[in-house]
Amino acid sequence: MIIKVLGSGCTNCQNLEKATLEALSGLGLDATVEHVTDPGDIASYGVMRTPALVVDEQVVVSGRVPSSAQVRALLTQASSH
Amino acid sequence: MSLVDHMPVTGRGRGLALTGAGLAWVAAYVLNEHVWDWLLYGAFGLDPSARVTETVHFFLYDTVKITLLLVLIIFLVTVLRSFMSVERTRALLGGKREGLGNVMAAGLGVVTPFCSCSAVPAFIGFVAAGVPIGVTLSFLIASPMVNEIAIGMLLTLFGVKITALYIGTGLLIAIVAGWLLGRMRVEKWVEPFVFETKLRGQTIDPAAGLTFDDRIAMGVEEVGTILRKIWPYLLVGIGLGAVIHGWVPTEFFTTYAGPGSTFGVLVAVGIGVPLYSNAAGIMPLVQALYEKGLPMGTLLAFMMAVVALSLPEMILLRRVLKPQLLAAYVGVVATGIVAVGYLFNAVLAT
Repeated sequence: MIIKVLGSGCTNCQNLEKATLEALSGLGLDATVEHVTDPGDIASYGVMRTPALVVDEQVVVSGRVPSSAQVRALLTQASSH
Repeated sequence: MSLVDHMPVTGRGRGLALTGAGLAWVAAYVLNEHVWDWLLYGAFGLDPSARVTETVHFFLYDTVKITLLLVLIIFLVTVLRSFMSVERTRALLGGKREGLGNVMAAGLGVVTPFCSCSAVPAFIGFVAAGVPIGVTLSFLIASPMVNEIAIGMLLTLFGVKITALYIGTGLLIAIVAGWLLGRMRVEKWVEPFVFETKLRGQTIDPAAGLTFDDRIAMGVEEVGTILRKIWPYLLVGIGLGAVIHGWVPTEFFTTYAGPGSTFGVLVAVGIGVPLYSNAAGIMPLVQALYEKGLPMGTLLAFMMAVVALSLPEMILLRRVLKPQLLAAYVGVVATGIVAVGYLFNAVLAT
């Protein structure tokens, strides 16, 4: 599973990364977390309000920072596909 | 661990927490002045007529008052705006022609939850979806200039008339500036990669599927995020306001920069453009300057210049706009703000 955090380094992007890492720590999934900071790349995902979370090239969160519990639910759902 | 995880789990618990927070807010707002009176003049026995004491009192009182107002305004605005999203705005603007498109874009710029830190992906996203550049610029100009926190603060501090003038003229600048820039055929001044960006996958709408609790939680989070970000600006603004309140002679500015002053607005915009603060930080300063006779038109022009044109946003936008377009953008918006300043002074003086 490839998880991408989209955002150009704003506070909210760091919060999203934190929530994602927290969610991952309890899940035991085989996942890598990457950062996408290039505005062109961010926009190409159709994201217009950072931060955003992309799981296996699918945008799952955009424009807000979810709680780590919400990220955990999203990741569990994504991994069961 | 985010705050959301600490919120009461049951619906009833949340209702109680909200009611409690509301009551605490009202109590704090009502008691604010009395507490400082009692503490400074009663407990510490300071002289209420001494200038230093009065300045300190004003600073403490205003800090609490402005913070309380901000908490309420940010919370309400975030909850209300959680029903809108940049994605919805783009869908509404798609296929709109210039003219009507500029009007809609400016209006949507006010109500769409948007931070200028996302200006670049939003610009690319709009243009890649076929929204004309002038219309996109109307959105990007209106969004910071007609700031919803500023609207709330102006409404509580200065009343309906001034707030309406602020919203009306701010929208007008965004509409006209975006339309003008669109007319100038500025496509050649946009970095080429913007037009090459292909949108893949389906977009998800952040405003969809949120529960009422999610929206409340977002409001609470946003209050914390914004206050953490702006408190230095806020304290500097209130501090300057308190000093002006206590030490600048009444009617000082009337003499040098009254409504009839030729250069007052120009100077205010000249100072405001390079200054970077936010609407909330600037408001206490505006209030103190108004009290000393600076006309409202000049002050609103100053405020608009500070919030609408900022160096950090220009640096971000430089990634998608070539210097010529960036210069035109700043030029057109600054000219609009100056014009509004003079118009305001003329309208409000009569």
